[in-house]
Amino acid sequence: MAAPQQQKLKVHGPVAVTANRLTDGVVVWRTPDHGWSVDLNDAAVVTTAPEAIALLAAAQQSDIEAVGAYVAPVLLDDGHVLPGNLRERIRVAGPTFELPR
Amino acid sequence: MPLIENGHPVEDRFIRVGDDEALPDGAAVLIGVDRFLKEAEALRGRQAPVGIIWPNNRPIGEIEPFLGQLSLIALVFPSFRDGRAYSQARLLRERLGWKGPLRAIGNVLRDQFLLMARSGFDQIEPAKEADAAAVDEAMETYTVFYQPTADGRPSLLRQRLGRVAAQE
Amino acid sequence: MYVYDEFDRAFLAERTAEFRDQVGRRLSGALSEDEFKPLRLMNGVYLQLHAYMLRIAIPYGTLSATQLRRMAHVARRYDRGYGHFTTRQNIQFNWISLQDLPDAMASLAEVGVHGIQTSGNCIRNVTTDQWAGATPEECDDPRIWAEILRQYSTLHPEFTYLPRKFKIAITAADKDRAAVKVHDVGLRLHRNEAGELGFEVLVGGGLGRTPFVGKSIRKFLPARHLLSYIEAIMRVYNQFGRRDNIYKARIKILVHEIGAETFAAAVEKEWEAIRDGALHLSDEIIADIRARFLYPAYETLADQPAELTEALKDPAFATWHRNSVTTHKQPGYAIVTVSLKPVGAPPGDATADQMEVVADLAERYGFNEIRVGHEQNLCLPNIAQKDLPALWRALEAAGLATPNVNLVNDIIACPGLDYCALANARAIPVAQEIAKRFADLEKARGVGRLHINISGCINACGHHHVGHIGILGVEKNGQEFYQITLGGRADEHAQLGTLLGPAVSYEQVPGLIEDVVDTYMELRSGPQELFVDTVARLGIEPFKERVYAAH
Ligand code: SF4
Repeated sequence: MAAPQQQKLKVHGPVAVTANRLTDGVVVWRTPDHGWSVDLNDAAVVTTAPEAIALLAAAQQSDIEAVGAYVAPVLLDDGHVLPGNLRERIRVAGPTFELPR
Repeated sequence: MPLIENGHPVEDRFIRVGDDEALPDGAAVLIGVDRFLKEAEALRGRQAPVGIIWPNNRPIGEIEPFLGQLSLIALVFPSFRDGRAYSQARLLRERLGWKGPLRAIGNVLRDQFLLMARSGFDQIEPAKEADAAAVDEAMETYTVFYQPTADGRPSLLRQRLGRVAAQE
Repeated sequence: MYVYDEFDRAFLAERTAEFRDQVGRRLSGALSEDEFKPLRLMNGVYLQLHAYMLRIAIPYGTLSATQLRRMAHVARRYDRGYGHFTTRQNIQFNWISLQDLPDAMASLAEVGVHGIQTSGNCIRNVTTDQWAGATPEECDDPRIWAEILRQYSTLHPEFTYLPRKFKIAITAADKDRAAVKVHDVGLRLHRNEAGELGFEVLVGGGLGRTPFVGKSIRKFLPARHLLSYIEAIMRVYNQFGRRDNIYKARIKILVHEIGAETFAAAVEKEWEAIRDGALHLSDEIIADIRARFLYPAYETLADQPAELTEALKDPAFATWHRNSVTTHKQPGYAIVTVSLKPVGAPPGDATADQMEVVADLAERYGFNEIRVGHEQNLCLPNIAQKDLPALWRALEAAGLATPNVNLVNDIIACPGLDYCALANARAIPVAQEIAKRFADLEKARGVGRLHINISGCINACGHHHVGHIGILGVEKNGQEFYQITLGGRADEHAQLGTLLGPAVSYEQVPGLIEDVVDTYMELRSGPQELFVDTVARLGIEPFKERVYAAH
């Protein structure tokens, strides 16, 4: 329902482009040099809709490395990039409860 | 695009003609349903073969009065995810008794070739060059089938009972 | 158990090879993601928040010990050591990689297990009563018919690209544990006055964004016509179901828009043309499928053996026995429900170790058989009553004997925002917190039968509409909110719940549920009046007043 890929793009504050790696589904972030990184700190962070659209469009050029790209909110904290909402926090840190062992 | 008939590449002798273009004399033509219905009377006297592109949102039963004057029926997959033409194909073969060529056109991809063949298509117009080359592989993906359909391949329910004979 | 023969095995091997080839073409770029996605979905492969997810079918909920053990192996080797049992007689692995999937599938295929048609716009895994074949309530084993449908629907050339997914459920008991009224097609197997077997056919039920209770379009369909009738339904739906809007593409919308009578007339017309054709189920075909189901070689035993009577003196065992053990059709045997809802744990999750324990116990005491129910619990359907004490001790040691089946903390919850890419809100931690509020099982027993169902979005995988208490996650300004409904039920009296009032925040949910339960305890006419019955008698108003006054 709320899959961000299906939502209208709204940009308030810093955003980055994220996706899942094709081979294993791991969460990746679009980097300034047109690659992907598993580390959010490597992400290209932009703050306006046109920049975000351009970043996303470039990321969607190919679906061979990463799939399902979309624009996600982030927070900037003392030089670190942090996920900007609960969904992204869960994508970065995993489920919010202890996993069965 | 290459045309595949019963698993083999063949030359497409039908020329696809738009609604406003003149029909080339003496050549086999494939035309849209609107034009066909408008000109059905006139086309009856045509010397060369006529094929029709029947859209997937039009009840296939409506084609019945015209079957006698058709040499080819093409059914459409606007997207490979839109499966209406499979039902149309089976109805044409199993209900309306169409024995002539039945062609799959549109977003026709190799992962669906076998489903098409099993639904009664004998001609496939692949959307991708590479898929055309892989037709044998695609058709041989499965050797066992669970359900009886019109393609004559034996189904598992029957094989289990030792009745390997093809369906009617 | 249904035993796969060489044809089934050949088919599965071919399916696995096909998927391996498709993954190869995807990784090489020959297939785009748009082209690949429907193919992987039809093998049960989703892309979730953190990883790929593999959904495996447990056809009609029946598993062998060997199959469950293999699932444990896959969980350990390719995933993170656990799996999640869903509301649709499936199990899901949450952390699998695309590259590993063909190998994992090949490993599962060796024991006749697969993810075929657990997703995609095709006929899905056919579900039925988890007590099938073991309960005294049935007129026939519904799994025979589910298996016939499984074979019929597997890679059906005409119905693999339907407008939308298509779910069929079958019950053969008057008490409906398969929720047939909320499926695209629900089949109620029964005998007519002449003693013939046949189906009542319901269509157009379903949950999700536009929930409907299914409508009966035929009171009695002789069983031999099952496949031709289903084919007629599928063919009408495939041609006329909407494809312009994904939210209006389910058969329930078609049935609703044209009316059940018009729909039924179209089906009957189509059926007339095919009823005596190739799909006609002759007695031989039915007998052949029936013969492939092996039933336990029950011993002649008496009910209430001395071992059981003795063990019942232990209050802990007696409590579990009262809660989790049910009458079997065979004297001296019992049906045991294995709770996957230990208080505070994710509902429906089982570790690889636990799967192996259950597989071992099924081998030792239960004729190798395990069942999976839509309540996200497991079931050992064939246990000799004399073995119950030993079985209980072993389950207890593995954390699998929480005596809370059907109680307020036997909560059904979908994966929600902790895993699912479509979610609005979390479901599992909500379930965990509510369960903890009722951790005192004495108190929970006092409340009696009460089903809480939680979905993380309107897709309703947690069946919240038909929970006695339904909880639906919604999003408001980027925050998790939850709508509460009361009075839903999924059984033979299927009904959709009524909205209690405005959505509440994540933090408020557990307290609100406690208030709802307290209100029920005060208002019920006596301990014999179940929660749903009190809601049916009084409506939601008294609950609304109490609950919203407090919050
Ligand atoms: S109900 Fe929604 S959140 Fe829950 S599993 Fe289904 S799609 Fe995901």
